[in-house]
Amino acid sequence: MDVMPKWADALLIPLISILIAFLISGLVILAIGEDPIAALNLMVSGTFGRSEGIGYMLYYTTNFTFTGLAVAVAFHARMFNIGGEGQAMLGGLGVALVCLSVDWPHWTLVLPVAIVGGAIFGAAWAAIPAYLQAKRGSHIVITTIMFNFIAASLMVYMLVEVLKPAGAMDPASAKFPLGAHLPTFREMFATEGSRLFGSSPVNVTFFVALLACVGVWFLIWRTRLGFAIRAYGKSEPAALYAGISPTRIIMIAMLISGALSGLMAINAVMGEAERLVLNSVEGAGFIGIAVALMGRSHPFGVLLAALLFGFLFQGGAELSLWTNVPRELIVVIQALVILFTGALDNMVRMPLERLFLMFRRKRPEETTTSAKPAE
Amino acid sequence: MDFLTLVQISDTAVRFAVPLLFACLAGLFSERAGIFDIGLEGKMLAAAFFSAAVAALTANVWIGLLAGIGASLALSIIHGLASITFRGNQLISGVAINFLAAGLTVLIAQDWFHQGGRTPSLSDFGPNARFNQITLPFADQAGDGAFGIIYRELISGHSILVYIGFLTVPLTWYILFRTRFGLRLRAVGENPAAVDTAGISVVALRYSAVAICGVLCGLAGAYLSTGLQAGFVKDMSSGRGFIALAALIFAKWRPWYALWACLLFGFLQALSIRPDAVEALVQFKVPGQFLDALPYILTVVILAGFVGKAIPPRAGGQPYVKEN
Repeated sequence: MDVMPKWADALLIPLISILIAFLISGLVILAIGEDPIAALNLMVSGTFGRSEGIGYMLYYTTNFTFTGLAVAVAFHARMFNIGGEGQAMLGGLGVALVCLSVDWPHWTLVLPVAIVGGAIFGAAWAAIPAYLQAKRGSHIVITTIMFNFIAASLMVYMLVEVLKPAGAMDPASAKFPLGAHLPTFREMFATEGSRLFGSSPVNVTFFVALLACVGVWFLIWRTRLGFAIRAYGKSEPAALYAGISPTRIIMIAMLISGALSGLMAINAVMGEAERLVLNSVEGAGFIGIAVALMGRSHPFGVLLAALLFGFLFQGGAELSLWTNVPRELIVVIQALVILFTGALDNMVRMPLERLFLMFRRKRPEETTTSAKPAE
Repeated sequence: MDFLTLVQISDTAVRFAVPLLFACLAGLFSERAGIFDIGLEGKMLAAAFFSAAVAALTANVWIGLLAGIGASLALSIIHGLASITFRGNQLISGVAINFLAAGLTVLIAQDWFHQGGRTPSLSDFGPNARFNQITLPFADQAGDGAFGIIYRELISGHSILVYIGFLTVPLTWYILFRTRFGLRLRAVGENPAAVDTAGISVVALRYSAVAICGVLCGLAGAYLSTGLQAGFVKDMSSGRGFIALAALIFAKWRPWYALWACLLFGFLQALSIRPDAVEALVQFKVPGQFLDALPYILTVVILAGFVGKAIPPRAGGQPYVKEN
């Protein structure tokens, strides 16, 4: 079946799909009476025109890297984890509980504990759907969707009835102690008096996200467990024959996935809001789906896709500020990216394969080994 | 909780159950034909917007209804293209459709009405701009006996779409289980190869199932914005498409059970806006959030197979490849 060289599969197809998605997004902008070129210009200048824009972009990128990696790891085991949103909410709860538990003296002490807290809460929220999938065959897509809604209700309950300080009006936890403040890029990189990165919330978590990318890469392609996960994702009977336990793989892959989603809260809850608020995730869990699909479930691809979506998010915010285009444009672009890189993959792939076959016939048969990433 | 309160809550439950019912039956047609559809939510939302928007522009709710159905059908065709023609992942396609609807409705609403992603209230556009309540004959003369109250408060006084919704249940049952089309539609969801061998087009059957799904989602959405409420607001489907999906699993993909499941979930929704009645019933304070989450928790319990096993159509979610 592999008629295409690896580079075409890994780069050309996603690139064409994204171009189609952007082309249609441009038409949408045109249809609501705005100029797509001007809109793009505004998005670019609003992001790259000043360091604060870049800071915001990197802040969003950090969120999407975590949720994208989460979906990607699950994809490798052929699990579709739509529950990133709920897992990230619970991760936020874990991070908040850690931050509020003690009057932390310094961020270097609280960060590792908060990472553990967020990861455990996120993983725990993925554990029940994973167990039900592995042991009872309940479809993980449906159960993770249901768990998103249950998580939303749970968060309202926790914030309104438990974590809200006495006398406060809005449903949010108390402010985290000063010692739990993560250094922002401005505090780390700006010299005295300069406004580098402005008031953007990008913080040290960005480097945690980069480490997570390396970690996931190492796990999936350099460890025995990663091999087992990929083997199970490619062919369940083959994995079973090789002595790989499906229950174990489903559980582990989903726990890692949930933990990665939960880590997003380090950035959003601890790094930005510095208290737990309602809707701290803001759809990033769902954007992870688009990011993972676009990045072909490879950590490096995920990072690139997260950068692109970070740009879209920041550019979209600028766009809604200065023009009549609401922020929801990003949701449309996200939908089109998911549609074309995910569901309509074959629409691009089939004609392209035919094209490659046409060229192939002129040359003698050569063997290409191309591994399709898990979808 | 006295009898009248119960009847009034049931009345709200019926109103809440109808959009679930339309969407649930929509999913029933699609999934029985082997096409998973987690895009019910998005189709409802698109239909809700377009029916309210066109009803506002034309001051005629029936034209609005048609527009809503059209919008929902358009999304169905995208789903059909992705999952039937291009044999893509049906779940991913559904996710994409949900976001497409969530984004486009606000974008277009802002462009057309400039009210921050909502349509103007339909009550400003004359009596025909939304579906009004119908008072059934003799409802006003019904006495204060149990039957009288039920007839006046519960059965009478809904919009026409509510009655259509309830009639759709026997209609769905008849189509699926008493017609040749229904037999083939169910067969294509269990064993498409057998249907293909019999010389019947799998593709055509699946497309018609997806189209029926689109029409029913259109009705669900139109009811939301022109029957239940008077106008569209951003994200107004608020997870109803997923509750409908839950009801579908709860009902084990059967029409009459779907009716009961939707009424149950509608009742739970009605209860969550009447915490006082719940408290009076169970004698302790139940958090409203728990009542909100109950349909989802129930679905997970059902899915886990602790209360009978829910077995989906066998070929569900798999694209059909000829000669494979």
